[in-house]
Amino acid sequence: MIQQSLYEQVLDYANRANPYPLYAQLRQTPITRQTDGSYVVSTYREIVSLLHDPRIGSDFRKRSVRERNPAGSQINQEPVSENQAQEAGAEVSSPNQGSETEVVPSFIGLDPPEHDRLRRQATWPFGPPHTPGRVAEMEPQLIRLANQQIDTMKGKASIDIVEDFAYPIPVTMISELLGVPYEDQPHLHALSEAIIEGIDLDPQESPEERKRRQEQSGQTFKELENYMETLIERHRKKPGSDLLSGLVIDYGPDGPMSQADIVSTASLLLIAGHETTVNLITNGMLTLLRHPDVLERLQHEPNLVIRLVEELLRYEPPVQILPNRVALADINIGGTTILKGSPVILLLASGNRDSARFPDPDKFDPDRRDNMHLGFGSGIHYCYGAPLARLETQIALTELVRRLENPRLMNEPPTYRQSATLRGPRHLFVEIDGVRD
Amino acid sequence: MSSSDTEKMVSSIQRIVIVGASLAGLSAAEALRSEGFSGTLTVIGDEPYVPYDRPPLSKTVLTGWLPVDHTTLPQRADLHAEWLLDVPAIGLDLRNHKVELADGMRFSFDRLLIATGTRARPWPDSAQASLDGVYLLRTRNDAAQLRARLADRPKRVLVIGGGFTGSEVASVCRELDLVVTVTERSATPLIGAIGSAVGTLAGQLQRAYGVDLRCNVTVMALEGDENGRLRRAYLSDGDILDIDVAVVALGAVRNVEWLRDSGLVFDSRGIVCDAACRAFDTNGMVTDNIFVAGDVARWPHPLYEGELLAVEHWGNAVEQARTAAHNMVCNPADRWAYKTLPAFWSRQFGVNLKTVGLPSFADEVVFTQGSIAERRLVAVYGYKGRIVAALTVNMARWLPAYKAMIEARAPFPPVIHALYGLAEHGPVPAGFPPRTHSSTQAGSGPSTLRPKESSTSTRVKDPHVPPGFQPK
Repeated sequence: MIQQSLYEQVLDYANRANPYPLYAQLRQTPITRQTDGSYVVSTYREIVSLLHDPRIGSDFRKRSVRERNPAGSQINQEPVSENQAQEAGAEVSSPNQGSETEVVPSFIGLDPPEHDRLRRQATWPFGPPHTPGRVAEMEPQLIRLANQQIDTMKGKASIDIVEDFAYPIPVTMISELLGVPYEDQPHLHALSEAIIEGIDLDPQESPEERKRRQEQSGQTFKELENYMETLIERHRKKPGSDLLSGLVIDYGPDGPMSQADIVSTASLLLIAGHETTVNLITNGMLTLLRHPDVLERLQHEPNLVIRLVEELLRYEPPVQILPNRVALADINIGGTTILKGSPVILLLASGNRDSARFPDPDKFDPDRRDNMHLGFGSGIHYCYGAPLARLETQIALTELVRRLENPRLMNEPPTYRQSATLRGPRHLFVEIDGVRD
Repeated sequence: MSSSDTEKMVSSIQRIVIVGASLAGLSAAEALRSEGFSGTLTVIGDEPYVPYDRPPLSKTVLTGWLPVDHTTLPQRADLHAEWLLDVPAIGLDLRNHKVELADGMRFSFDRLLIATGTRARPWPDSAQASLDGVYLLRTRNDAAQLRARLADRPKRVLVIGGGFTGSEVASVCRELDLVVTVTERSATPLIGAIGSAVGTLAGQLQRAYGVDLRCNVTVMALEGDENGRLRRAYLSDGDILDIDVAVVALGAVRNVEWLRDSGLVFDSRGIVCDAACRAFDTNGMVTDNIFVAGDVARWPHPLYEGELLAVEHWGNAVEQARTAAHNMVCNPADRWAYKTLPAFWSRQFGVNLKTVGLPSFADEVVFTQGSIAERRLVAVYGYKGRIVAALTVNMARWLPAYKAMIEARAPFPPVIHALYGLAEHGPVPAGFPPRTHSSTQAGSGPSTLRPKESSTSTRVKDPHVPPGFQPK
């Protein structure tokens, strides 16, 4: 039995429900080098510094760590970075990257200047200055959708916050935003689910099993891309007011995206829109059920939700780890030197609990001031969908606590999904006494 | 407000007066209340408005996108302050702790904050300055009048001075598809703030946007018709321009005159204070009840060899005022030193320009990231082998990394191996005008007029030089 490093323990599913004590141990050394040559960064100051460091890239094709490692130095395990590369794929939107079927990476996995251009092009039809009202205009529909979902809970004694509520809302909204026709939404939902399952790796499974699942996930991804190709053609012929139509016809000073870039961007947004906000909403309800005083306050102080969601992004961020960075030069930081070509793993959720930055960091305190959390990252890859995620979660939590009568947690802790990176409960079963109108 | 915070406050302070109903004045008032000050708070302003935001005045207000009355600054809470607007302070009595206003009112104080800021430097010839069509741009009223005039689509606008205000006005003119000429007495626009090496790129950008930019050129005279309407400008390159509108953008003059005979140390470069924002009296002693913040303050910055800096930037007004407010009411042992790095931004000709640190301190500059062709750039400024400032064009997300290097006094030129790196370019001379009095130099704000070394004869002819102005 080989002793697991602290970071390997974080990845170990056994610690999924509460990785925070492990993060606290990791923070005793701000940056630790792993046996595979990657560096794990756990303290707020060092994470922020590296997120803004021009020597840190996000295109993991630039990694050279394997050349550095003398052959045979790895012990009987798949290198951790292999796992990370695949987890990064969840965000990069192309889990088969690096295999035979090379696809165009989306902007999350690219560096400037390509990243900057694609992100500008993607922002043009999504936010200010060109499209300032996009997210705000979704509010009435979001409120309606949240209440429709809550209406379906009438007459039930127990509900699953994930399946009955947290999943349908972001998935419907991202589909509406992109302009996916209503009748296609179940199909896309299934594809996204399959892709995520394919990269939701189980460290215990055999390499053959893993390979098979990756291939399957890659095929599903291809299917998603084919669907997107068709969808883009439909929008080209008959544009609407949605984001995809914007990408196709309403482009800014950088000109239109190429067809391949639109496919990869739309796929990225679809998957990112599926996974992260689901976990944020679920983590939010879980945290409220664990803090009944705050839940009760939210019922009487609706404005509390703004800061409450920010605190949630600090306390239980849906993206716990950014595993896909790479050092482009030797970097002296935190008492060590990160060697050129090495993978760099940023533990955002650990930085969020760093007592050097946040007083009383393990306390969930919705009144917290000066809350510059890392829930959406920072720097040039700062979460593109942050305005939408904020609004969705604010509305979702407000409506849930307003309407659910006496909600009670049924499993403590709940069952978690596999991923340590995109961490959240698989189910969140809650008993209720009824639903208010 | 916890009880321990209250204990930290000096309880004998009952009356605080802030002179300057500005961004700095408002920031200080808010900070005083959140520090727990519960006494009488009086804010005095010479304009008829509660504090408003100035950066939009040369940008979105001029284009017509933002109505001028939408620039009022939000107030986070009821400050329970007494606002005395539209009445300037005209005197300070240090011995009796009193401020005198133009209407004869006198206010006693236990603590005074001076945040009187600056005003636009006027055109030196008052007859020419009063021609219909000659504008300054500093206040809300200035902006409203200039906006109305630009909306009438003048045939040609002349902008006198290529600093930040002048460049932003020229940018708005091009956005409105107006013909615009900019005269700049130096070799490039923005030279005082960012140097000629980067200023050259700013000049190229202006020309690419269709500005008739004339560097090393000054305006010798403005001429009107018999009705007093501006008609012509005579330039030092011999050209005579037919114009309807001239915007005088020659930098700022500090509002310090009201302090004459007060016994405080001040001159045209500002009011001298220590790092705790406390003013000095003419005996060289630091006062314990008079504080200074914003454009009008000059203080020693530890990162810049203790030079007295005056920084005319938005962020400086906010941060220095907060520091001053804290120091006004805290116990002596809890005082903060003001050592925030200067930072500013501008929007012009389709680019976002931001800096951190003090570029004008530098002797050399090197481009580290971006692409000049794509108008995206990081420039790093160095002085005697260390990094003192950085500037980004459309790449502001990288600034925090460079800020950390400045604070760490990192070596220059930096060896970065940055993403989106530029092929090695330099370093090259930063190209700031010579600093003849380095130990007492005023930090260059976006629109500080830098005196050019020139012979007495040209200085007399040059209407840029206001009467009585002595180049330092």
